[in-house]
Formats: sequence, structure tokens, C-alpha cells
Amino acid sequence: MSVLVFTENWDGKFKKMSFELVSYASKIAEMLNIQTVALSIGDVQEDELKKLGNYAADKIISVNNDKLKNLDNQAYTSVIAQVAEKEGAKVVIIAHNNTGKALAPRLSVKLKAGLGAGVSKLPSSVEPFTIFKKVYSGKAYSNLVIKSDIKILTLAQNSFEFEENVKSPAIESFEPALSDDLFKTTVSNVQKQTGKILLIDAEIVVSGGRGMKSGDNWSPIEELAELLGAATACSRPVSDEGWRPHEEHTGQTGKIIAPNLYIAAGISGAIQHLAGISSSKCIVAINTDKDAPIFEAADYGIIGDTAKVLPDFIQAVKEIK
Amino acid sequence: MKILICLSNVPDTTTKAKFVNDNTAFDTTGVQWIINPWDELALTRAIELKSDAANSIENITVITVGEKDAEPTMRKALAIGADDAVRIDAEPTDAYFVAAQIAEYLKSNPFDLIFNGIESADYNGSAVGGMLAEFLNIPSVSAVSAVNIENGQVKIKRDIDGGTEEVTSELPLVVIAQKGITKEPMIAAMRGIMMARKKPLNVVAPVEVDALTEIVNFELPQPKPPCKMIEPDNVKELVTLLQNEAKVI
Ligand SMILES: Cc1cc2nc3c(=O)[nH]c(=O)nc-3n(C[C@H](O)[C@H](O)[C@H](O)COP(=O)(O)OP(=O)(O)OC[C@H]3O[C@@H](n4cnc5c(N)ncnc54)[C@H](O)[C@@H]3O)c2cc1C
Ligand SMILES: Cc1cc2nc3c(=O)[nH]c(=O)nc-3n(C[C@H](O)[C@H](O)[C@H](O)COP(=O)(O)OP(=O)(O)OC[C@H]3O[C@@H](n4cnc5c(N)ncnc54)[C@H](O)[C@@H]3O)c2cc1C
Repeated sequence: MSVLVFTENWDGKFKKMSFELVSYASKIAEMLNIQTVALSIGDVQEDELKKLGNYAADKIISVNNDKLKNLDNQAYTSVIAQVAEKEGAKVVIIAHNNTGKALAPRLSVKLKAGLGAGVSKLPSSVEPFTIFKKVYSGKAYSNLVIKSDIKILTLAQNSFEFEENVKSPAIESFEPALSDDLFKTTVSNVQKQTGKILLIDAEIVVSGGRGMKSGDNWSPIEELAELLGAATACSRPVSDEGWRPHEEHTGQTGKIIAPNLYIAAGISGAIQHLAGISSSKCIVAINTDKDAPIFEAADYGIIGDTAKVLPDFIQAVKEIK
Repeated sequence: MKILICLSNVPDTTTKAKFVNDNTAFDTTGVQWIINPWDELALTRAIELKSDAANSIENITVITVGEKDAEPTMRKALAIGADDAVRIDAEPTDAYFVAAQIAEYLKSNPFDLIFNGIESADYNGSAVGGMLAEFLNIPSVSAVSAVNIENGQVKIKRDIDGGTEEVTSELPLVVIAQKGITKEPMIAAMRGIMMARKKPLNVVAPVEVDALTEIVNFELPQPKPPCKMIEPDNVKELVTLLQNEAKVI
């Protein structure tokens, strides 16, 4: 029996998220007193695979098959299910990101395993299996019991304090059965942003709202982000106006993020915006209106004009770097 | 081509969450119910696609698993431009239950293109679309930010971490829609509202399915300590606090 964790790779490399997942899985395995098995699909070198052992994976299964070059949800689900069966998985852990949201529900049906989506803590009990999850877009939480024999959890990014616990797991390669009727989609024209810190990976995010007045005023936000090693984001009207690209829109209908630091400049803090950022560890608000709701969500606030505060902010950061 | 929109009936996004019965049930007092924002975008995109005769879309149906009180929201979808609606008459107890009900309906009522939203604004499961596709053993594409039809072929753009991919697929297909699929949700016109009253809203009986999860109770977030205010001419202090107190830079 095992806890199976699916670790995605990006061009053969893992990210911090992958290690969070393995560490999280190993803690659940500890609660159940069973093994942690990590599954990697794709062309990942042994050195990289071994890194999963630093976060207490007992065994690593590597599936490397040309047919799985692109994400086909049905085919990937079948592979994970085959490994889950082989390893007697009692719990399957997947990331709560684009890929995880595409695969976990399919797997839930395939294994008849109840899904706990977007968890950020360990289960409060394993008998009954009780998880804590966000509902109503962060306005509340629920304690949810998963009743099925097998359970699937998707873990929210940057939500779990993971730790090193070095093991030297065996790496096993596995050839799944892949019948042609599993592949019904074709991927073409892959476009990738390069060189930029992705919003979902960023530990610091500098974000601007309508209070910035125009897309032409974004250079202080970009400069501050650059200095802090941060990604840039924005509120919905800002992307609707075309001041900033759509990938930067955060909130209920945009990206949901949980960086260590979120700096909101000229953002009022509408409830739909907060739905995307309220899990941030620390929120800084800069706004001219002392009654703006963003100050209720923020840890630190400055009542002031972004045109003046942001340049001072940049200066002050330069002084400490 | 026939299009189905899976429609979740959710509290307006500005609703404050409150609970009753020892925090075991959502307090619906005074709540405004709306079409889940992504489902509204999917519906809008379907109507746009149908308006181009070259796409030969015969019909747009909306389906909800819910009790009678979901009907006003379903009527809104008819007013916006769906042709008919189906309500599977059951209390939706979890995503697995909901997907199983819709899958059962689809077995005898096939559709070519099935839209789901990326997330329901109430239980935030991001689950029903993928589950539905697996029940039916058909493909699903998630995080979809564009859908077009070219010569009868469905062309999709999906978001991946840090980029996009173009995907084509066999039909039937479950499309799991997010931002970008259309610009703004369509609003019902007066004529649409009048017509909606006459459009069919069929109620079908549910099948026997056991939910796999059960909510024990709800909790409200811990209140946040008050925001520490810093003078606008002393941004240096903010940076010091971020460095030494919050330890985030
Ligand atoms: C179904 C639905 C979904 C939605 N989803 C999202 C979502 O995902 N994300 C999102 O962001 N919004 C979303 N919205 C929109 C949301 O309701 C707000 O309208 C939006 O967040 C406001 O954006 P803003 O804060 O940039 O603009 P505003 O609300 O206009 O706020 C601008 C702020 O800037 C301040 N300001 C002005 N000048 C200055 C200055 N010189 N210096 C400093 N501060 C200044 C003002 O005091 C004000 O507080 C959604 C709405 C609906 C109905
Ligand atoms: C009064 C009431 C009580 C409820 N109690 C519970 C409960 O205790 N536990 C629970 O898990 N759920 C409950 N629900 C159901 C909940 O609203 C969802 O329908 C269901 O749980 C799926 O939620 P999700 O967050 O996984 O949806 P997601 O998977 O996030 O939804 C994604 C998409 O699936 C489709 N979809 C979702 N729900 C439906 C639906 N009902 N009908 C048609 N299409 C749908 C939509 O296209 C949506 O955009 C209740 C609903 C109501 C109205």
C-alpha cells in the first residue's frame, strides 16, 4: 500500500511545487504508516528524479514514453491509474494547478476515489478521512469527509511548509499499456513565455489596479518587481482595458495565487479580487482612499498616491539590496 | 452540432458567506443566485458560435443538477439565448454525484460539445467537467481560453503554465472553460426574457448514485489582525518591516 504522488516536470525539470507535493504526500504516508511513491511522466534524467528522494519519497516510478509527450488528459489519467493499481495507492496527491485540475477529476471517476480539491493542510484525521478546504472562493472553509476507499487530494500551490527528509529511493521505470483509443486529442503550436517569472510560481507579486490610471504608468511596478525578483499582476479591469496582458489578471475569474508577499497598488480590494489573493502570506496595500476594502485584507498599508509611493518604495528597496 | 452547457447555480459573487444549523448549511437568506461566471462565459461563447451559420449549430441546451429553486437561474440562461434547459431533479451532493447524473442523461441524449466552467463559485471543486468526460470515456480539455470551429473541426486554445497550446480533438468533447473564452458575458434583452418563458425546461428524474464526499461543517476564516499603517513619506519603514518583521523580502 502507498500514497502515490504525481509530479509534473517542465522540460525535464521539477519545480518547488513538485517537492511540496512529495513532502506533503510523505506526511500523509506517515499518518497511514505506508510508503510514499512518486510518479514522474516524461523525459526526466536520473539526477533530477533523485531529487524527489530529498523530500522522503520511498520509491520513484518513471514513465517515459513518446506517446505521452503532450498532455492528453485521458491517456495521462490511464497511466496514473495503472500505477495507482500496481502500487496499491490508498491516497493520490496531485497539484491543484492547470494539469492537476485536468487530471484529478478524471482519476476520481476511474478509481472511484473521492476528490478533495485545493487542500492546504494535512488531513485532520485519517479515520474518517477528513480534509479542510476552501469554499465560496475563500470566504469560508469546509471540513470534508472522503468516504471512498481511495482518496485523491489536490494541493494548493505554496500552501504547505515542506521540509527536507533525505531518503535514497529506488528508481523504477514502468511501461504502461497505452492503447490508441486513449489518444483523442492533438496538440500543436505550443507558445511559451520565456525568461519571465511566472505569476503562479512567484514568491513575491507586485500588482496594479485602476488606480494606476493608465497602462503607460506601469514602469514603477515593473521596476519594483524586477528589484524584488517578483512577478507582475493586475486587477480584472486593468486586463479588460488592455493595459496589461490577460495572464496577469488575478482574482475569482483570473489566477488564484498564494505568494509570500502581494503588493497591491491602486487596487480597491473588491471581494472578487480578494478571492484570488487572500491566501497570500503578507499583503501590502497602497491606496489613496483610507476606506478602500483592500486595507481590511492587508497586513501593511500606506494611504498615498502610487505615483509618489512606488518610486520611494523602489528607492528604499535599492538601499537594502 | 449540438452544444450542452453545464450550469451551476451559485450565490452572487459579492455574497457574504454565513452558515446555519451549527455551521452545517449555507445560509441562503437574502442570497441572489446567478449563473456561475464561467458557465455564463461558456454560454456566451456557444451563442456566438451558433450565430455563425457556417458552424451549423442546431441547438444549445443548458443542464443543471439541482432542485426547483435553480429554475430562475436556468431561465436567465434561456433569456440570454440557450434554446432549452434540462433540470435533473436532485440536491447536488458532490461533484461526483453531479457528474454521474449528467453522464447518465448524456448516454441517451448525446451532444457533441459539452461546456463546463473551470470552477463552481460555491464549492470550488474544479471537478465536474473532468469527471463527466471520464464517465463517458470521451476526451476533455481543461483551462480552455478560446474555442473556434473551422470546417466542422473544433479548435481550442488551452493555457499551460507560462504559455498556451492549440488542441484539436475528436467529438464528443468536454471543454472546461476559463477566462478568455469570450470577452464579456452576454446580457439578456427584453425580447429574450419574454421568449424564455416559452422555451422548454424539462425536468428529469435522477438516477441512484452515492456521493463520495460529505461536508461535516463549515468554518469562517480567522479574523485578520488590523492592518499596520505606515506614513506615506516613510516608505523606508515599510521596507524594514517587510524585511525584519514579516521576513518576506
Ligand atoms: C463575476 C465577477 C467576477 C469578477 N472577477 C474579478 C477578478 O477575478 N479579479 C478582479 O480584480 N476583479 C474582478 N471583478 C471586478 C471587481 O468587482 C472590481 O470591479 C475590480 O476588482 C476593481 O478593480 P480595481 O481595484 O483595479 O479598480 P477600482 O475598484 O476602480 O479601484 C481603484 C482603486 O485605486 C485607488 N486609487 C485611485 N487613484 C490612486 C492613486 N493615485 N494612488 C493610489 N490609489 C489610487 C482608488 O481609491 C481605488 O480604491 C469581478 C466582478 C464580477 C461581477
Ligand atoms: C443548496 C445546495 C446545497 C449543496 N450542498 C452541497 C454539498 O454539501 N456538498 C457539495 O459538494 N456540493 C453541494 N452542492 C452542489 C454544488 O453546488 C455543486 O453542484 C457540486 O458540488 C459541484 O461542485 P464543484 O465545486 O465541484 O463544481 P466544479 O467542478 O468546480 O464546477 C465546474 C463546472 O461544473 C459544472 N457544474 C457544477 N455543478 C453543477 C451542477 N449542479 N449542475 C450542472 N453543472 C454543474 C459547471 O459547468 C461548473 O462551472 C450544493 C448545492 C446547492 C444548491
